[in-house]
Amino acid sequence: MQLSAAAPLPARRDPAALPRLALTLLALAALWPALRITEFNPAVLFEPGNADTMARFLRQFVPPATAPDFLRLVGRSTLETLAIANVGIALAFLIAFPLSLLTSNALSKSAIGPARDWRARRALRYPGRALLIFLRGIPELVWALLFVRAVGLGPTAGVLALAITYGGMLGKVYAEIYESSATQPARALMQAGAGRLQAFFYGVLPVALPEMVSYTVYRWECAVRASVIMGFVGAGGLGQQLELSMRMLNGAEACTILLTFLLLVLLADAVSALFRRWLA
Amino acid sequence: MNARGLLTLLVLGGLLWMSVAYLEFDTDGLFTLATLASFGRYVAQFFPPDTSGPFLIKLWSGTLETLAISALATLLAAIAGLLIAVPAAGRFGLAPRLAARFVLNALRSVPELVFAALMVIAAGLGPFPGTLALALHTTGVLGRLFAEALENTPREPAEALLHAGSPRIAAFCYGTLPNVLPQCVAYALYRWEINIRMAAVLGFVGAGGLGQMLHVSLSLFQQQQACAVILAMLAIVMLVDEASALLRRRLA
Repeated sequence: MQLSAAAPLPARRDPAALPRLALTLLALAALWPALRITEFNPAVLFEPGNADTMARFLRQFVPPATAPDFLRLVGRSTLETLAIANVGIALAFLIAFPLSLLTSNALSKSAIGPARDWRARRALRYPGRALLIFLRGIPELVWALLFVRAVGLGPTAGVLALAITYGGMLGKVYAEIYESSATQPARALMQAGAGRLQAFFYGVLPVALPEMVSYTVYRWECAVRASVIMGFVGAGGLGQQLELSMRMLNGAEACTILLTFLLLVLLADAVSALFRRWLA
Repeated sequence: MNARGLLTLLVLGGLLWMSVAYLEFDTDGLFTLATLASFGRYVAQFFPPDTSGPFLIKLWSGTLETLAISALATLLAAIAGLLIAVPAAGRFGLAPRLAARFVLNALRSVPELVFAALMVIAAGLGPFPGTLALALHTTGVLGRLFAEALENTPREPAEALLHAGSPRIAAFCYGTLPNVLPQCVAYALYRWEINIRMAAVLGFVGAGGLGQMLHVSLSLFQQQQACAVILAMLAIVMLVDEASALLRRRLA
């Protein structure tokens, strides 16, 4: 005490403390409506009914279900999930490729000189872009839910939902890849009188192909994950089994399916990495 | 085309053929005129979207709920993520580091929708379980990103404070945190963008927001209401996309 009186220490308080405190309080005040709207109330978790159900469910996780019949079912669902992802991506490519040709600026003839039909081409380009935005703007889970109502429970809904959403994503990215790769070869071909498709296949595609393949493989990886998740709304595969097991509060089965899902995602990761390295 | 490309195409084609065979599509039933007509009738039921006053008010509150779920979940995840990131960056030695990494990986690899189904079991229907589910998954993602940021930040400022006799917590708050905070905020905002989209669909398993409204209206065969909800989702997704692109261009 006496020491500090003799030679006062510099202030140890953070000079910015007060403004920071004010900012934090302000942020908390802004947060209050969010807490109200989301009915935020952790006490609900510890209400006897809820806590008991949850504890009983989680306790069943160990050991995971390993009955042969059930494992066969899980195996079949896993294959179904993979098949949904494969067919979904293939259909997505069929949607995306023509739309990417239609919407990309890379094949614009009016960019390099007078073109007879530029009005018609532009009139096509904008609806094409709008269609791509519409396809990918609605989440795949919503498409899946809609298709389940239209074509019934099962993998068909998942395949269609994947095809539509991923078609929109692939189409946009393909078009961007054409535009960002070197445009001179295609332009040279078109100036020499080649048609747009010829210019594409000999001028754009050879340059753009590696990037397109690598993005498509990455999307396949996402599709595997998405097809599991879409199962939750009834679109087949592993997710549908997981939803059933969780609804029946069968923790052991849920645990087995979750572990299978994690393995499947790791496997998809590894396959896509290997595939890309093999092509490079 | 070289031999490798041809082989790849053949293998991929084979796999695709096997996948199509495995799914046993009812291709005859799918592409007949009758199915197409019934499909058309189904689509027509969605129009025009329901724009009556009371429903629009409900739609607005559903949109607010979706935004609140995503914002709160991201904030909770940022706080929890930072708390777990400190041990995960190896600040307390090897064992806590491995344990924290395991927790983060586990949280990250379970999809939001699975967490949502779990939380609906734990807390009943409504936006609260949705918030928790989103927060749990996002904690895993942000915690890992934060831990990497902590590992890559220079140690000298905090060490200088420690040598000058400052307590460890103060050294962390004044020596380390200011360096990583901007990056952490950027990551959290980026995740918020993703979470808004996710919060819109989490409701399918009963976790509140626009998703729950869509699920309910589809279950009640109120297709015109469903159409309005889908349009609201589309609007949110596009607005968020545009806003983040604009922000990025401004900040770049």
